Amino acid sequence: MLLITCPHCGPRPELEFRWGGEAHVARPADPSALDDRAWSEFLFVRNNPKGLFAERWNHAHGCQRWFNALRDTHSDKFVATYPAGAPRPDIAAEDAR
Amino acid sequence: MRRFNLANLLTEAVRGHEGWGRQWRSPEPKKSYDVVVVGGGGHGLGTAHYLAEVHGITNVAVLEKGWIGGGNTGRNTTIIRSNYLYDESAHLYEHAVKLWEGLSRDLNYNVMYSQRGVMMLAHNVHDVQVFKRHVYANRLNGVDNEWLTPEQAQAYCPPLSIDPRARYPVLGAALQRRGGTARHDAVAWGYARAADARGVDIIQNCEVTGFRRDPATGAVTGVETTRGFIGATRVGVAAAGHTSVIMERAGVRMPLQSFPLQALVSEPVKPVFPCVVMSNAVHAYISQSDKGELVIGAGTDQYASYSQQGGLQITTHTLDAICEIFPRFSRMRMLRNWGGIVDVTPDRSPIIGKTPVPGLYVNCGWGTGGFKATPGSAHVFAHTLATGEPHPINAPFTLDRFRTGRLIDEAAAAAVAH
Ligand SMILES: Cc1cc2nc3c(=O)[nH]c(=O)nc-3n(C[C@H](O)[C@H](O)[C@H](O)COP(=O)(O)OP(=O)(O)OC[C@H]3O[C@@H](n4cnc5c(N)ncnc54)[C@H](O)[C@@H]3O)c2cc1C
Ligand SMILES: [Zn+2]
Repeated sequence: MLLITCPHCGPRPELEFRWGGEAHVARPADPSALDDRAWSEFLFVRNNPKGLFAERWNHAHGCQRWFNALRDTHSDKFVATYPAGAPRPDIAAEDAR
Repeated sequence: MRRFNLANLLTEAVRGHEGWGRQWRSPEPKKSYDVVVVGGGGHGLGTAHYLAEVHGITNVAVLEKGWIGGGNTGRNTTIIRSNYLYDESAHLYEHAVKLWEGLSRDLNYNVMYSQRGVMMLAHNVHDVQVFKRHVYANRLNGVDNEWLTPEQAQAYCPPLSIDPRARYPVLGAALQRRGGTARHDAVAWGYARAADARGVDIIQNCEVTGFRRDPATGAVTGVETTRGFIGATRVGVAAAGHTSVIMERAGVRMPLQSFPLQALVSEPVKPVFPCVVMSNAVHAYISQSDKGELVIGAGTDQYASYSQQGGLQITTHTLDAICEIFPRFSRMRMLRNWGGIVDVTPDRSPIIGKTPVPGLYVNCGWGTGGFKATPGSAHVFAHTLATGEPHPINAPFTLDRFRTGRLIDEAAAAAVAH
């Protein structure tokens, strides 16, 4: 089980959290201007890297807040967690190891 | 290749079985091939087999970064069935079941396809309604599936508890009698042996690290590998959990996320469990292998990962449910558990066909349930690679459906994919 550090509550077991998919996927500013390809990108296509991944978590059985995390999907090691709205920390994959 | 038949078996029996030889070669890669298949799982090896057998294309290589069958093919719980809701899926998986029924003979290799029946338990009113709808939809598609009362379900699978006070009461079950299990390793080995016998090169310890493309047309001209450049104008990727990683090297972004999926086996015991039982509501799948182990599958972990391991709470949850439904297993010991990385699409249906890159084809998105499809998937993918156009059965399973919106939404139909 993962040990996840909620930026508001500190380290808690994974059981308290729900995973929310890729982070920083911005809703289109002008949805009616999108063509089918752009909608498809927004709705369905996701980064799926073997390495650093920015993802959303919800502390469902804690403070219930959404936040973001940087995790290495090869080792499952968390490199950083940060509040929703904050920019992705500038950490390269090599430094994270 | 020496065929397995009675005469050869008798000869070898008196010679101490020393004359069988290697079942497939281990060749050095050639400079180029007509078709390169990336991924030596069942889907990739099967594709090479049908390219050679059905289409006469034998100048083919299967490139595998580890050892053949070391991916999900060798890690799965081997449940085979075809009772999917939508027409497109029913046709695809039924195509596979029909091929399973003759596969050992076709390959001259015993894949131990055992039609012991797959029973899906209904624990609540919603399950009952959904499964009955499946039964009727399946029958319209010529796929066998029948509804059982709790008593009939218990008669078919005696260890099942149908106590109405149970935590997960059994209100009935859907049974596909032609479903069952097969020996996972034998599927990889049987396809490898048959393809090799027709001249296909199976190259292990050879990781595809990139693609070479024609600067003018963008078409593939070959693959970069850890064993050098290998030319091919037709490349088929069948790499399961690693599909996104490979396709990114060709500049194609995929609608996929890779998740760990876990399974475990018990100590081996005498035959106690005659069929396969699945419970979607509690995320548990169980059967007994011919070795005697109970083979138990769980649901995916919740987060994307390539770590080939998941959380213990997932398997614990599954075992809790198994012990509720089959109280007699509560004191059995579990021997081993493991994980595989499964590639999941938004609609839980696979992608089999063309990509935006000319000459590059993909067969992926099988997620938690692609073992059952192995022969059918390989057969239609070989057709697609040989002719450049999809077979009618895989025509709906395009990558482009995520743009057109013509999803094949088994995710909504089954609530879980398997
Ligand atoms: C625990 C578990 C239980 C499952 N249970 C069932 C079940 O009961 N029924 C069912 O139908 N399905 C089940 N599945 C799903 C099923 O295992 C898969 O859908 C199916 O086996 C996929 O086959 P494949 O040949 O596409 O993939 P794999 O067997 O994974 O083969 C892909 C191969 O590609 C290779 N590869 C990856 N990257 C590269 C590269 N860059 N270069 C060269 N080679 C590469 C890998 O090493 C691997 O060997 C289960 C899966 C798991 C993990
Ligand atoms: Zn919190």
